[in-house]
Amino acid sequence: MPDTVFHVRKVSKVYRMGEVEVHALRGVNLELFPGEFVVLLGPSGSGKSTLLNILGGLDVPTSGEVYYLDHNLTTAEPAELTRYRREHVGFVFQFYNLIPSLTALENTALVTEIAENPLDPLECLRLVGLEERLNHFPAQMSGGEQQRVAIARAIAKRPEVLLCDEPTGALDYPTGKLVLEVLERVNRELGTITVVITHNVVIAEMADRVIRISSGEIVDIHKNEKKMAPSALTW
Amino acid sequence: MTALNKKLVRDLWRMRGQLVTVALVVACGIATYVTMRGSYESIANAQREYYAKYRFADVFASLKRAPNSLEASIAAIPGVSRVQTRIVVEVTLDVPGLQEPGLGRLVSIPERGVPDLNDLCLRRGRNIEPGRRDEVLVSEAFAKANQLDVGATIGAVINGRWEPLRIVGIALSPEYVYEIRGAEVFPDNRRFGVFWMSREALGPAFNMEGGFNDVSISLSPGGSEAEVISRLDNLMEPYGGLGAYGRYDQISNRFLSDEIVQDRITGIFIPAIFLAVAAFLIHVVLSRLVHTQRSAIGLLKAFGFGNTSVALHYLGFALAAVLLGTLLGVPLGIWLGRGLSRLYQDFFRFPELRFAPTLDMIVSAVAISGAAACFGALSALRSVSALPPAEAMRPESPARFRPGIAERLGLQRFVSLSARMILRNLERRPWKAALSILGLACAGAILIVGFYFYDAIEYLVRVEFQSAAREDVGITFNEPHGSSARFSVERLPGVLRAEPFRAVPARLRFQHRSRRVGILGLSDDRDLRRIVDQHLRVIGLPPEGIVLSQSLAGILGVSPGDTITIEVLEGQRPVRRIIVAGTVEDLIGTSAYMDIGALNRLMREGETVSGAFLSVDPLAAPGLYSFLKKTPAVSGVNVREAMLQSFRNTIAQSLNLSTGALISFACVIAFGIVYNGALIALSERAHELASLRVLGFTRTEIGWMLLGEQAILAGVSIPMGFLMGYGICGLLVYSMQSELYRMPLVISGRTYAFAFITIALASAISGVLIAQKLRNLDLVAVLKARE
Ligand SMILES: Nc1ncnc2c1ncn2[C@@H]1O[C@H](COP(=O)(O)OP(=O)(O)O)[C@@H](O)[C@H]1O
Ligand SMILES: [Mg+2]
Repeated sequence: MPDTVFHVRKVSKVYRMGEVEVHALRGVNLELFPGEFVVLLGPSGSGKSTLLNILGGLDVPTSGEVYYLDHNLTTAEPAELTRYRREHVGFVFQFYNLIPSLTALENTALVTEIAENPLDPLECLRLVGLEERLNHFPAQMSGGEQQRVAIARAIAKRPEVLLCDEPTGALDYPTGKLVLEVLERVNRELGTITVVITHNVVIAEMADRVIRISSGEIVDIHKNEKKMAPSALTW
Repeated sequence: MTALNKKLVRDLWRMRGQLVTVALVVACGIATYVTMRGSYESIANAQREYYAKYRFADVFASLKRAPNSLEASIAAIPGVSRVQTRIVVEVTLDVPGLQEPGLGRLVSIPERGVPDLNDLCLRRGRNIEPGRRDEVLVSEAFAKANQLDVGATIGAVINGRWEPLRIVGIALSPEYVYEIRGAEVFPDNRRFGVFWMSREALGPAFNMEGGFNDVSISLSPGGSEAEVISRLDNLMEPYGGLGAYGRYDQISNRFLSDEIVQDRITGIFIPAIFLAVAAFLIHVVLSRLVHTQRSAIGLLKAFGFGNTSVALHYLGFALAAVLLGTLLGVPLGIWLGRGLSRLYQDFFRFPELRFAPTLDMIVSAVAISGAAACFGALSALRSVSALPPAEAMRPESPARFRPGIAERLGLQRFVSLSARMILRNLERRPWKAALSILGLACAGAILIVGFYFYDAIEYLVRVEFQSAAREDVGITFNEPHGSSARFSVERLPGVLRAEPFRAVPARLRFQHRSRRVGILGLSDDRDLRRIVDQHLRVIGLPPEGIVLSQSLAGILGVSPGDTITIEVLEGQRPVRRIIVAGTVEDLIGTSAYMDIGALNRLMREGETVSGAFLSVDPLAAPGLYSFLKKTPAVSGVNVREAMLQSFRNTIAQSLNLSTGALISFACVIAFGIVYNGALIALSERAHELASLRVLGFTRTEIGWMLLGEQAILAGVSIPMGFLMGYGICGLLVYSMQSELYRMPLVISGRTYAFAFITIALASAISGVLIAQKLRNLDLVAVLKARE
């Protein structure tokens, strides 16, 4: 058994909205291992994003424990969480959240200004196939291109883990595939643990492991015998 | 309440911070308008009513002595309506509590009835009674400054003897609304007072029985002032006439009228600055509101609300700001106005100076600010009508940016990415940035102007009281003396040094222009009283010729080398011609200087002196003062330190109020601009800032990325504000320069520093308030939604 990078123990998350309590996660246990590509599958509202945000230090569980290596994310102060995100986590969202006033290259380089051991931003953009669009502003790029800039930005700090919340959700089929290829390549070439949320079952076939969530509980963890290349997927 | 109104109320509550800051700026606009316009109107009305009710004369003249029979000839001058002849003399006073002697001006009034012109307003006590020759009325300013009430007595040197004057009443006169001595600029009510006394008492005491030495005239409708003055001068010439003059040159009226004109000007342009800033703020706030609510607007339109009702809905913000601003600004304006009129009461004495803002004025203040607010709002709401419903409901595409100035100059490698973000955000809306800078610069300029008055006063003190007049005491003899007087003065107890001077009243004439002045002859070994220009340069006197104030040279239209005519108004009244040897850029009055020897020669008199400037041993001063009080030959004593003190007190009081108000108003502007600018930037960039937080940037780091924009705006505005402030001070100096005084254009480093600190502090405080809001930035929620 390889060393675990993330330990998730009996994690629950309860959102209180006035009188109503929403149990977004109910006693989740999970481990993530170096270099693996994990797909989180589940219906809308099942708690996927909540889990991902907790892993990424954007949110804290109501009960249970989360460890990143020997960092206890459950008891961390906000400032520690910020440092954790800064040093170890890359995020990719459905909406790309680029800085509109910075070009593709600058968006990528921004992160390298605060990282310890960053990649060359140019390299990152080359990795996502955008070496032609370095000096374009977000408003001048298509959705797929913006998402690839977001991935380049996420990996530029050389994170241990890349967390992607429905990265293809807003993209059409060919563009979505291109983005998945990029994620696969990053995972393979940099060895970054990659967690991808999707409700598209087909995408699960490119993962090392597939985790199914329903109503805040993990209902199934499936290990793919054979990973498919993203280019081979159709939906 | 309709749904739309409920939405308005909710929006207003949510935007209360912005609403309040805008309302405060509007309130300042309204308050300054109410205060300044109100003061202007109340003082102008008070002046008009006072002059009319108490029959303020139109033409004034003094002379040596004329028989009462001349009065009929004066009345016969065409254009003359009424004539009032009087006896006016100045005497040494023994002011209770003062070591040095004071100066009283005794003005005759009829024992029975009231004066035909320049009637008195009796404030307390009663009128003088016929036959009681020691009874006087005293001016309110002097009575208040010396805490004299009805029943008190005050000693005066009359006919060479100390006589007690019994105060039976306290009065005001339209002639002395601004009560100052001779050619001074600031009142010293402690040492100078006006007394009204029976003519029957004054006449014998001053050798004026059956005669007069002062005349006031009112003009009949259509009467020509110039015509009357010239005929009057001819009539009085044989009787030692000192030259007649109209209201324009009547000193009290001149100061009062100058003040009224200034109030009218500042009452327009200061409120205008505030209302322009308010319009700008309303514009930016509403532009942003309309922008964030585009989909709501689309929905409203899709439901069939017309452009007008949608626009009216958003106009609600502007109107709410005006309403709040009115509720705050009108009482504030009235309160400030009342304070200002109380201050005015210390300078200008009216029977009644009530700050009574008219409803008209308040309505126009509100209407003007309403118009400014609507202008700001409508310019922001143009986009509402331009927005088709379907378009409005679609999310907007990402904001467009262009490479910034740094890139175009090829400097990007020197500019950090966060700085590039800040610069590009500024460059994306150049007009907004420019107007923000302009608004902040106005705030800075207001501060500079506010503090400038202190600088000007300090500088004036340095020039006039520390460089030019360095004597401890100046004494004036009751009539010119031979030069031996100089030596007797030097032997007075406590006198360390004495410099004689000669003062000669004269009319200077060049071509058709003329001016009455006193020519001051100074000794050539002078050290106590010097001539100093506004650049603190000591000006020398040539052995021959006359040196004139630049302002006097301007009035006469002469320059050095010209020859002017001097008509002396005392003694044998010789008429001479003399060359203008030079001019001096001085700050106060219209002066003419000569070497004392040259002046004596001009007068064809021996070594004659009119008085002396003394340097006095402080320990011996009390003895000297009491000696001077008992010396009938000395008619006037000026103590420099006392003058300086009273000058500082009166000025400081009035400046503190106006400067205090200006500082708070400037802070409101600076705060309003920075707070709203940063808040709008926060709303525009919340998404971007949240994603930066997700990337691992700390709150401090994104705080700088957000506030850097405002910091740059404030930073650029400060030197601009300095420049604008300097410019406005220059304009003030130019527009306020008069024969009475010129303000020096000097702004101290301290003033710049105060302005800088104030703007920086106001900006920093609003920045901190906004930075607090970054705490509440909900990272997860922001990232879920597309902007
Ligand atoms: N900030 C929040 N406040 C209240 N409820 C929330 C919040 N975030 C998520 N939830 C609720 O928690 C549940 C899980 O949400 P989420 O993790 O976003 O689901 P998924 O990503 O699988 O669609 C949902 O019912 C959602 O409504
Ligand atoms: Mg989700």
